[in-house]
Amino acid sequence: MINVREKYLGSNDRMSFWDRLYLPAIFKGMAVTLKHMLFSKSVTTQYPEEKRVIAPRYRGRHVLKRDEQGRERCTACYCCAYICPAQCIKIMAADVTPEIQHNHPGDKYAKSFEIDLFRCIYCGFCQEACPKAAIFLEDIYELAVDSRDKFVIGKDVLVAKEGGPRKIRV
Amino acid sequence: MGEEIIISIIKLLIFFFAMFTAAAYTTLAERKIMSYMQLRKGPNRAGPWGFLQPLADGIKFIFKEEIVPAHTDSKMFILGPILVIAVSLMPWVALPFGDTITLFGREIYMQLADINTGALFMISISSLGVYGIILGGWASNNKFSLLGSVRSAAQMISYELPLGLSLAAIFILSGSLGTRDIVLSQIASPWQWNIFVQPVGFIIFFTSILAETNRTPFDLAECDSELLAGYHTEYGGFKFSLFLFGEYINIITASAFMAVLYLGGWSIPFVNLHDLGLSPNVIGVISIIVVLAKTCFFVFLFIWVRWTLPRFRYDQLMDLGWKVLLPLSIVNLMITAAAVLFTK
Repeated sequence: MINVREKYLGSNDRMSFWDRLYLPAIFKGMAVTLKHMLFSKSVTTQYPEEKRVIAPRYRGRHVLKRDEQGRERCTACYCCAYICPAQCIKIMAADVTPEIQHNHPGDKYAKSFEIDLFRCIYCGFCQEACPKAAIFLEDIYELAVDSRDKFVIGKDVLVAKEGGPRKIRV
Repeated sequence: MGEEIIISIIKLLIFFFAMFTAAAYTTLAERKIMSYMQLRKGPNRAGPWGFLQPLADGIKFIFKEEIVPAHTDSKMFILGPILVIAVSLMPWVALPFGDTITLFGREIYMQLADINTGALFMISISSLGVYGIILGGWASNNKFSLLGSVRSAAQMISYELPLGLSLAAIFILSGSLGTRDIVLSQIASPWQWNIFVQPVGFIIFFTSILAETNRTPFDLAECDSELLAGYHTEYGGFKFSLFLFGEYINIITASAFMAVLYLGGWSIPFVNLHDLGLSPNVIGVISIIVVLAKTCFFVFLFIWVRWTLPRFRYDQLMDLGWKVLLPLSIVNLMITAAAVLFTK
């Protein structure tokens, strides 16, 4: 067993007179707090105005990507829905008809694509499973809404506004 | 006689509103200073620098639902916070917050009443504050509240004695019990300020007044970590705000009291205001500002101590009160008395 007092204060088992007076230690402590108050910068982030830099691998809300020509990448293969451990993805597939071919490159497309954000555990398995690089968990973390049913989000929220090259997972 | 009463009422009204505003802004000061000591920014949403935060808090407190829990003794429950706030305002009757101002050919003392035993009056009134806390804790019918108020009472008893004894040394030095006379006895030079004449007395007094106002390191009565806020656990809304205001007004009172007793009231070091050829009213205003500045310094000290020191354990608190401060204050009193006796 280590006697802490012996180790740090020397072998006498009583504190010295100044230690027992408490006052020097109190003044030392007060100097520390005063120094913090006057000279240290605050470490907090003023949130709505200032945002933290988040990691590139951060897994926030899902986004359904579009390709270079602005077409939806998702072909409703159900891979994401199948691998999802929380079973939060619900897809309804439909055949692509000539009228909508400009928007969907494959034979099939997701007529509706719903994610229950209450169930989702943001594990990222869907983006790993997707063969078409269509679904990604991106840096969207401001998910608060004012009613419970808005947490089940459909294609109107999920699909990206603009297309782009195939995104590579970091 | 009638004019006297009108002057008193006007002084009283000004004082009343000033006091509540000051207490509200002390809460803001506390939160701001605490934040900066903890490397945060503190309230900064309501107005620039969070300046409207006390107002927002006040509005919130007033519009909250008044809840009286079913199992409480409801009359006593309401009486508790009322007593606390009333008693915390009363000591100001005897406190001088400046020299004199001449208005309409009358010399008005910047004091509500110059009682010839002012300091004694203040001490006796401020120790009544514990009744509100005990009533609140008892009527809450909650074991945490009761424990908090019992602690508060025990603490009050053990710190009242050193407080009184260190005051007695000042009474011996100034030869008067009136607060105005105590100020006038220190006014000649800063070396006559009681903080230099009575350094040990000042430390005892400051420690005891921390305990008396239930401030950290002696905030055992509310003690968030063990007692869930102690005596005001069951209170919410306006009644809670009365407790809160009571506490902050007590802090301001204690600070002003120390400024008057130990820092020479409205005296400015090495400057004699009456030699500068200013008009008496300017001197009066300056004296108020000086007392205010000294009070602010002590309020800052209270906050500073609170966010530096950890809370005392209950037995350590009693040890410090009875075994250290009480003997020390008796010795201090005896030495002071002997010194005054042999030098006169």
